[in-house]
Amino acid sequence: MLTNLRRTLLGSLLWLGVAAAGAQAADVSLLNVSYDPTRELYKDVSAAFAAQWKKDKGDTVTINASHGGSGKQARSVIDGLEADVVTLALAYDIDVIADKGLIKPDWQQRLPHNSTPYTSTIVFLVRKGNPKGIKDWNDLIKPGVEVITPNPKTSGGARWNYLAAWGYALKQPGGDEAKAREFVAALFKHVPVLDTGARGSTTTFVQRGQGDVLLAWENEALLARQELGKDQFEIVVPSISILAEPPVAVVDKVVDKRGSRAVAEAYLNFLYTPQAQEIAGKHYYRPYDEKAAAKYAAVFPKVATFTIAEFGGWKQAQAAHFADGGVFDQLGVGQ
Amino acid sequence: MARRVLPGFGLSLGYTLAYLGLIVLLPLAALAVKASGIGAAGLWKIVSAPPVFAALRLSFGAALLSAVINAAVGLLVAWVLVRYRFPGRRLIDALVDLPFALPTAVAGIALTALYAPNGWVGSWLAPFGIKVAFTPLGVLIAMIFVGFPFVVRTLQPVLEALDRDIEEAATSLGASRLQTFVRVLFPLLLPALLTGFALALARAVGEYGSVIFIAGNIPMKSEILPLVIVKQLEQFKYADAAAVGVIMLVLSFLLLLAISLLQRWSRRWAER
Repeated sequence: MLTNLRRTLLGSLLWLGVAAAGAQAADVSLLNVSYDPTRELYKDVSAAFAAQWKKDKGDTVTINASHGGSGKQARSVIDGLEADVVTLALAYDIDVIADKGLIKPDWQQRLPHNSTPYTSTIVFLVRKGNPKGIKDWNDLIKPGVEVITPNPKTSGGARWNYLAAWGYALKQPGGDEAKAREFVAALFKHVPVLDTGARGSTTTFVQRGQGDVLLAWENEALLARQELGKDQFEIVVPSISILAEPPVAVVDKVVDKRGSRAVAEAYLNFLYTPQAQEIAGKHYYRPYDEKAAAKYAAVFPKVATFTIAEFGGWKQAQAAHFADGGVFDQLGVGQ
Repeated sequence: MARRVLPGFGLSLGYTLAYLGLIVLLPLAALAVKASGIGAAGLWKIVSAPPVFAALRLSFGAALLSAVINAAVGLLVAWVLVRYRFPGRRLIDALVDLPFALPTAVAGIALTALYAPNGWVGSWLAPFGIKVAFTPLGVLIAMIFVGFPFVVRTLQPVLEALDRDIEEAATSLGASRLQTFVRVLFPLLLPALLTGFALALARAVGEYGSVIFIAGNIPMKSEILPLVIVKQLEQFKYADAAAVGVIMLVLSFLLLLAISLLQRWSRRWAER
């Protein structure tokens, strides 16, 4: 509801932007359609890119950004929102846009690191002093522990949470598919509230005081702690987690139509420059650039990770786990 | 054809039909077209899935209950506002409309903050083991909130127009106060009460914004039908989402039709 309103407002602002762009022909505009927690990141990145572009080419580039749930944003692009670039929470959402022919199928090979300029991982946010003694994934299914996560059916972030838990169980000594299923089913028995999105879960945990552990993106957990009180929450990094890769892509159909390919590609390439990598680190995303990584080494503890390749890629993970009748539905959550 | 007393029938009817078609029927038709690929068997498969059926039961069950509560309390509030004069009456009268004006998300967040176990109301209930937020009870509370104004606003004008002579006549003919209310007043109020009930019910069934924050959204327990639609959309399954939409639409339509029949019957009963 709130995001809809925001999008409506944004839509009208965009029209103003289009009108302004028409008036001054030399200026370019880009629309970056992104997901929820990147709001602050892309505000800074876009400002830095605009300054760089002005210096190099002399043109003024205005970058508008739209933020919302990752899947919802992908749907908007499919339904005709003219995004020059998409920067979403998981490759599956971009795959779906590519399936509709808006993006070339090889999009993930076009930029370094699977088209992922920065990464994150899934960590635990617990209350001050860690009263339930949560150290690793297996502590989450101890009696009396309540876990807050959004619904994997509606939230991209929640799918990362789910797969991280699955991968943990799979990688324990003697772990196999059946053990992983059992662990994840037990985990969801400890979930009292399933919000529709990551921000909703953060609110439920932080403001409403529900649950003992919040499963969250590392960037979201760090931000929540920063914004809502370092003295109230602690971050627990599990023994192993998933490497969350939020990818980026140029929307070919749109940039070819609008003639904005050059600037759109430059914008995404800019994400890999030391300057943008530094900004990513500042906003709690793990940068690839060594200098930026070194600078923020204290923020990001070392964590063993596995990737989505463990699940045969997003398309396969989506079909096996999150589609109707998939493993998540078979777990009998709430029954 | 004989000339009508009122001119402009053809023109106004044409306008009405075109407008209704454009504003109401066109989107509904689009929904039906989108869902039509599924077929009756597919439709049944979707509804009979346990989580969807549970959501359907919760959505319609809680909406019916909330409408019943709103009808009872709304009648009382309308009665007090129309029949008595007291300081602050106009203020209370204006307050009734607030659930209309408030964005539903704001209402949902406010209700959740109040009824969460650490909220003002929730913290009083928690020691007794009563949980409101994140349970079906929370869904009911949110639905009562958004549906409340309908009953009051449909009853008020009818109550105001009610002739006091008939009450006096009833009393002078020896009816007790209870008899006057049950046999004289209530039958006259019933059609308007049913209208308010139907409106509150329809609003509650379709409500998403305020309910979603307080519901907890656990499948089989506290998941409402509109969320099932959102979940289908998140999987890019437009046809399935439209199918659930059509099911909601048909059920709502049948309920409203039943209420409208009940209303006709009650009017005849009142005119007896």
